[in-house]
Amino acid sequence: MEALLASLIGVLTFTGVYLLLRQRTFPVILGLTFLSYAVNLFLFAAGRLVVNAAPIIGRSQTYADPLPQALVLTAIVISFGMTAVMMILAVGGHLASGHDRVNTGDEPTEDAG
Amino acid sequence: MSLALIAALPFLGALLPGLAIRAGRNACAASAGSVTLLALILLALKVPTVLAGGVVHTRVDWLPALGLNANFMLDGLGLLFALMILGIGLLIILYARFYLETTDPMGQFYVFLMLFQGAMLGIVLSDNILLLLIFWELTSLSSFLLIGYWKHLPEGRQGARMALAVTGGGGLFLIAGLLILGGIVGSYDLTMILAQKDAIQASDWYLPALILILLGAFTKSAQFPFHFWLPHAMAAPTPVSAYLHSATMVKAGIYLMARLWPVLAGTPEWFWIVATAGLVTMVLGAGIAFFKDDLKAVLAFSTVSHLGLITMLLGFGTKAAATVAVFHIINHATFKAALFMSAGIVDHAAHTRDLSRLGGLRKLMPVTFGIVLLASLSMAGIPPLNGFLSKELMLEEAAHTTWISPWAMGLLATTGALFSVAYSFRLLAHGFLGPPRTDYPAMPHDPGAGLWSAPAFLVLLVVLIGVFPMATAAWLVDAAAGAVTGQPVAVEIHHWHGLGSAALWMSLTATGGGLLMLGAFPRLRAVWGAAPRPEAKRLFDGLIEPLAAAARSLTGLVHNGSFNRAVAVAVLAIAGVSLWAFLGGSHAAGTRSLLPVDFTSLSVWGLMVAAALATPFLHRDRVVALLLTGVVGLLIAPLFAVFSAPDLALTQISVEVVTILLMLLALHFLPRTTPAESTFPRRLADAGIAAIAGLGIGWLAWAMLTRQPAFAPISHFHLAQSKPGAGGTNAVNTIIVDFRGYDTYGEIIVLGIAALVIFALSETLLRSPAVTRRLANLPRPREDGDRHPMMLVVATRFLLPMALMVGVYVYLRGHNLPGGGFVAGLVFAIAYLMQYMASGYEWSQARQRHDHHVLIGWGVLIASLCGVGAWVAGLPFLTSGFDYVHLWPLEEFELATAAIFDLGVFLCVLGAVLLALASLSRLALRTGEAPNTRPFDIDPAMRDR
Repeated sequence: MEALLASLIGVLTFTGVYLLLRQRTFPVILGLTFLSYAVNLFLFAAGRLVVNAAPIIGRSQTYADPLPQALVLTAIVISFGMTAVMMILAVGGHLASGHDRVNTGDEPTEDAG
Repeated sequence: MSLALIAALPFLGALLPGLAIRAGRNACAASAGSVTLLALILLALKVPTVLAGGVVHTRVDWLPALGLNANFMLDGLGLLFALMILGIGLLIILYARFYLETTDPMGQFYVFLMLFQGAMLGIVLSDNILLLLIFWELTSLSSFLLIGYWKHLPEGRQGARMALAVTGGGGLFLIAGLLILGGIVGSYDLTMILAQKDAIQASDWYLPALILILLGAFTKSAQFPFHFWLPHAMAAPTPVSAYLHSATMVKAGIYLMARLWPVLAGTPEWFWIVATAGLVTMVLGAGIAFFKDDLKAVLAFSTVSHLGLITMLLGFGTKAAATVAVFHIINHATFKAALFMSAGIVDHAAHTRDLSRLGGLRKLMPVTFGIVLLASLSMAGIPPLNGFLSKELMLEEAAHTTWISPWAMGLLATTGALFSVAYSFRLLAHGFLGPPRTDYPAMPHDPGAGLWSAPAFLVLLVVLIGVFPMATAAWLVDAAAGAVTGQPVAVEIHHWHGLGSAALWMSLTATGGGLLMLGAFPRLRAVWGAAPRPEAKRLFDGLIEPLAAAARSLTGLVHNGSFNRAVAVAVLAIAGVSLWAFLGGSHAAGTRSLLPVDFTSLSVWGLMVAAALATPFLHRDRVVALLLTGVVGLLIAPLFAVFSAPDLALTQISVEVVTILLMLLALHFLPRTTPAESTFPRRLADAGIAAIAGLGIGWLAWAMLTRQPAFAPISHFHLAQSKPGAGGTNAVNTIIVDFRGYDTYGEIIVLGIAALVIFALSETLLRSPAVTRRLANLPRPREDGDRHPMMLVVATRFLLPMALMVGVYVYLRGHNLPGGGFVAGLVFAIAYLMQYMASGYEWSQARQRHDHHVLIGWGVLIASLCGVGAWVAGLPFLTSGFDYVHLWPLEEFELATAAIFDLGVFLCVLGAVLLALASLSRLALRTGEAPNTRPFDIDPAMRDR
């Protein structure tokens, strides 16, 4: 099971970084989303994998480490905030400049409208 | 605590004027003034202790391991400076209220002023040199804002930049110097350092430390050769000049020299460096002041000269000279602040400060003339005013000091005094005496009492200290000089020292010579004009320009504007460092026992990997890419559920829904496809970089998962205390709302700010005509006629109360079972978003009673109040409490303050999510789509098809 999670984290990172290296805003933001998935899973994995041990006191014999879970929970919500800010920046950039490229210097010479 | 409070008050008070300006300019000034007055009163309560020889200490441990503590102390020297900073600050606040034009942003001015006041106060109250350094840098930064307050003036901006470059640069030397000093003593506490004179002066590091510290002090106090920034800072509004350059900013360097006098002074190195710099500055500054035409420039160079005088006295290294220095600090602050304010009054009334265009103001502005007359005579050192007293004492000290030869010091000091008389009289003669002219830019007149009362009060002090020095000033001089020298001081200040006193004859020479010089002004001026002089600004610019050019080219080299390149470099750099670490570590296989693979997990894994790997190939169709992202995101939820994290599963599934909705909305305004731009080799290279990152992270995760943690997890504590300590059985929730509540508090604020940023950006976009034009011309895909299908509308109406009920349930059970404020907020948000989707933004928004901003505000406020509530019970911020209640006919249940905090979390999350999506939706209204007013309508444009 550990191998599955580790390889999944690797694959998500791969997709995330590949999309980050695209030249348009939307794939870059998707890349960030993939990267946040990978990071959140990685942080979660720091608590190691256990089954049937939810950290609810009195419900089981052993408990999963609740600390990474609490950190990842807030990280998930903050990731949403970050994605939303990136999105409005992308939308704003597209509406204000008429293109959605991420690199300065790549802009079209004519205003594409 | 009260010393820390005094130092903190101006910073806290800096929040007020920006808000109070909405209630008017008087309220704005009053808010700044009342805080300053409060600090002054608190300070006054300490005066008896300090005068009795005591030192007030307040110790707050901050980072004791680094020796960085928020320790404050108040002795005589600190008291003198704190009184000046707050007292003159109060007068400046009054003066600025009437000085600033209605077009000037007054709220901003007072905010900056209070920040500066707090920074200055911090310097003089610090008992820890690291803390002092922080305040020192803060004065550089806040004075930058003040000097450049008139942003539309290029001189203001350049002057501010120069002041920051010089004083900030000096600050860097000071950091090094004080760190060395702390290293010698082994403590960063001033009290400890001041007791170690012998150890410091015997150290090999004494001279380097001395030079570095003096570089900091000299740049701040505008000592030669760093004096040039001060006149350029005169582009600031006059209240700023009056405050910064009479009593505060430039006195910070003086303060530092006086503060460290007990341990640094008394050596030949100290004498030669400090006394020489002071002497040169005094004579040079006074000489230049004589030839300046701008009233403020005269005062600026005069300030440079007087700072030199004080520095020189401190440089002598004797108890008597240090006492005179302290006395002159008081006198200079009083007459110079009054003169600066008067210069502002003249500028205000005549619309010029140019001495060659003024003259004859005596009859036209009698009140101002009276103030300037007394203050200038004091500056010239004419009896019986206070400037005379300290000048006489200074000359006496200089006459008995050997510098190069026995008489050189006396001669040069007399020359300085002579120049001082000359420019003071010139200011009076060319500005105020003579017949009134007819060609003033504006007709001069005396201002209202609001403007002249502050300088008048200072001039009253000038006279009182001058006439009754022993009754008015001696107590403060004794206390401050006692603190500087570390010995009891009982100063004797007299007007008459007898015919045998050298100072008398030097003083007479200076006065006579000054008058002669004034008489010969036209001829001297012609010589001065013809003489070649180094232009400080050109030299400074010549030094800064190449530096700036080098910085620019370096930046261009490192970052060429390509985001992709920056990401690639960052990824490869991190990978390189990681590889280096990896090669240095052990590569043995992990020993932790692994979980068996079951079929469900394997299929979920397969789906996720397939979706993730398909994305790079299919991402050009953005809707498909989004769907694949959604597949991965949603499938993470069961993963969390399997591995014993039900809270995470709930959060992930609800956040994923909201994220996909947000992205779908955003796609409305972006192209639907990504053009194929990059070449195949480029894509291959990118895939290679991504593969390196993926392999690295994957391998790291594998290595981590197959090993036991290197250190025992701290969460044993959380698990053990969850029920008895925090009153909840859900350890994840108790960590979020209780153990690490402060983190969560910060996080909901960040989330709220993110939503507000989104709102502000969408507002800005809507205001831009280019954006609205593009919005109206966005290509719209063909849509179905019934934009809001009846089935969907009806279904979501039924679902709404149920969804809200689920939200409430999730919130209430959160403390003991999976759930809580975060998830509940998201569930509520989804419930509302369904209405927006089904019935359209316009229709739903019209039925929305509460603003989303208000929800965020309430959320943060409730969480804050919950935290502050713990103070009432005498506990630290955010300490939670709980109890069990039995209400018939209910079972016994628990009430926890953490639930109130969680309510804040809930509201903030709900508000932030809704605000983010609503902001994007508002853009959609400009795309030419007809707004809907009925729940299920037909798009009018589509009706006839």
